[in-house]
Amino acid sequence: MEVTINNIRKEFDRFPALNDVSLNIASGELIALLGPSGSGKTTLLRLIAGLDFPTSGKIFFGDQDASHHSVQERNVGFVFQHYALFRHMTVAENIGFGLKVRPAASRPPKTEIRRRVSELLDMVQLGGLEKRYPNQLSGGQRQRVALARAMAIEPRILLLDEPFGALDAKVRKELRRWLREFHDRTGHTTVFVTHDQEEALELADRVVVMSQGKIEQVGSADDVYDRPGSPFVFSFIGESSQLPVEVREGTMLFQGQPIGIAEAGDGAGELFFRPEDVALVDAPDALFGKVTACRRLAGTRIAEIDIANEGHAPYHVEVEVPLHAPIELGSETRFRPTRWKVFRK
Amino acid sequence: MIHNATASPAKWRLKQPSIIPGFGLTLGFSLAYLSLIILIPVAGLLWRTAGLGWSGFFAVLTDRRTLDALYISFGTAFLAALVNVVFGTVVAWVLTRYNFPGRRLIDAIVDLPFALPTAVAGIALAALYAPNGWVGSLFMPFRIAFTPLGIVVALVFIGLPFVVRTVQPVMEELDREVEEAAATLGANRFQTISQVILPGLTPAILTGFALAFARGVGEYGSVIFIAGNIPYVSEIAPLLIVIRLEEFNYAGATAIATIMLIISFVMLFIINLIQAWNRRRYGNV
Repeated sequence: MEVTINNIRKEFDRFPALNDVSLNIASGELIALLGPSGSGKTTLLRLIAGLDFPTSGKIFFGDQDASHHSVQERNVGFVFQHYALFRHMTVAENIGFGLKVRPAASRPPKTEIRRRVSELLDMVQLGGLEKRYPNQLSGGQRQRVALARAMAIEPRILLLDEPFGALDAKVRKELRRWLREFHDRTGHTTVFVTHDQEEALELADRVVVMSQGKIEQVGSADDVYDRPGSPFVFSFIGESSQLPVEVREGTMLFQGQPIGIAEAGDGAGELFFRPEDVALVDAPDALFGKVTACRRLAGTRIAEIDIANEGHAPYHVEVEVPLHAPIELGSETRFRPTRWKVFRK
Repeated sequence: MIHNATASPAKWRLKQPSIIPGFGLTLGFSLAYLSLIILIPVAGLLWRTAGLGWSGFFAVLTDRRTLDALYISFGTAFLAALVNVVFGTVVAWVLTRYNFPGRRLIDAIVDLPFALPTAVAGIALAALYAPNGWVGSLFMPFRIAFTPLGIVVALVFIGLPFVVRTVQPVMEELDREVEEAAATLGANRFQTISQVILPGLTPAILTGFALAFARGVGEYGSVIFIAGNIPYVSEIAPLLIVIRLEEFNYAGATAIATIMLIISFVMLFIINLIQAWNRRRYGNV
């Protein structure tokens, strides 16, 4: 099911939680809404589900305007961060609930419900746990029951709110891979909310980066990592350092001194670069600073460098260096970004 | 209610190894306290009753007036507790779910039956529900005060806070997400309430019922003003006990008391069994 969100605005007590958000979700796509707390990502998900209604704007399911449809009418599968299982019902009753509450005309017979439930249980690899109560399951198992319950109603779209947020790291990794496979197998249009960028980049076809009630950028993992569209995206996704610079006559100046990189368009701006896009150089026109710390990170080493800033706290940048580079604590190091982006003021 | 279902030790041991000190001291204190306040008086009651012998006891038990009084007492308490289950749950719902001007005031008013002298409540209710009272006159020729129905009214008043105060905290802790989950699965409001919310509240409602019922069975002060106290019709067992005492028929009084004690104990025990069964079923909720 294709979902179109047109100029959505949502206010809570006059405070805009979402401000003029538009988004197209293609049928069968796996999309991540990524952002820090308070960025409006969960609000957007709840608006799609119909658990909240927008202050203005429209939501289309296919070409049908669903803006005023109730949550029951929208037929969406929603998985909550804390599972929200019915704890007085067994696993089987939980999963079958959505079928059982249908009006008599469209309610499948009992045997059919039982068959569907056991099918779904197999699908989430929990066969044999029908009779358990939610309290008797682990967190990962509960989340899979929640997913099976949401899938039981054959939803038009599957929405997951921080689905792995309450799980420990190992289970989270497993479930993440499992969800990807599950999505590839069932082909459901899926939207999930996360604040974990690794999760978003690894799992999603497209990532929607949000901040302060607005969409900052929409794109594939490569897009948002390699071609960030805004200072926020650059600093939120992956590691980065930033320095105030000025471009004059095609040369970039930092603290009034050329740093040996060319950039078109004069004016002041903010220079962003990633630790891995830096080369150590031995030239007078470069950035330089004192190494304050060095940490080993898997196959590389990260040097933390302070660049003096007269009268103010020093600029702090992180630079990836080869394992055998001659870096000593306290020594002065010269370097230049090899890939960078300048955001104009 | 002692609840220790998870660890089932093979044998009873007097002292369980625990990092929390003071087991001996607190258990000793509890036992002494319970003995002085409850166990010794109850034992005295049974001892006095035993003076009657079996035949004397059965004579009191099978006395028409005793049977009717017991029937009135337990019947009205049961009805009042039922009414309170519905009414109290609704009040708890309104107090936890909605924010409106005067909510705190209503919240405070709920506790009033705890604090008000029951005789005052009885007199006020009797005046209000009497055939010439404000409310009572509306229902004429149907009489509320001075009938068993009047007793139910008084007991509803007395028992309300028990239900509200046991259900309210559990209701406050209900997870809103669970209701939203039910809605996303297509359940309408009625299905959500009846199949998702109420089952979760059942243990609390049952506890509230038990408390309101127990309180209603023992209630004396408010009832005697509104009941009319007609033997065989609207005479409650506690009043009959007082009457027997005034006749210096101490053994007769304690016999009725013993019967009440046994019935109450059995009923509360059954409610506790249901609670335990509930807990087991829902996996130690």
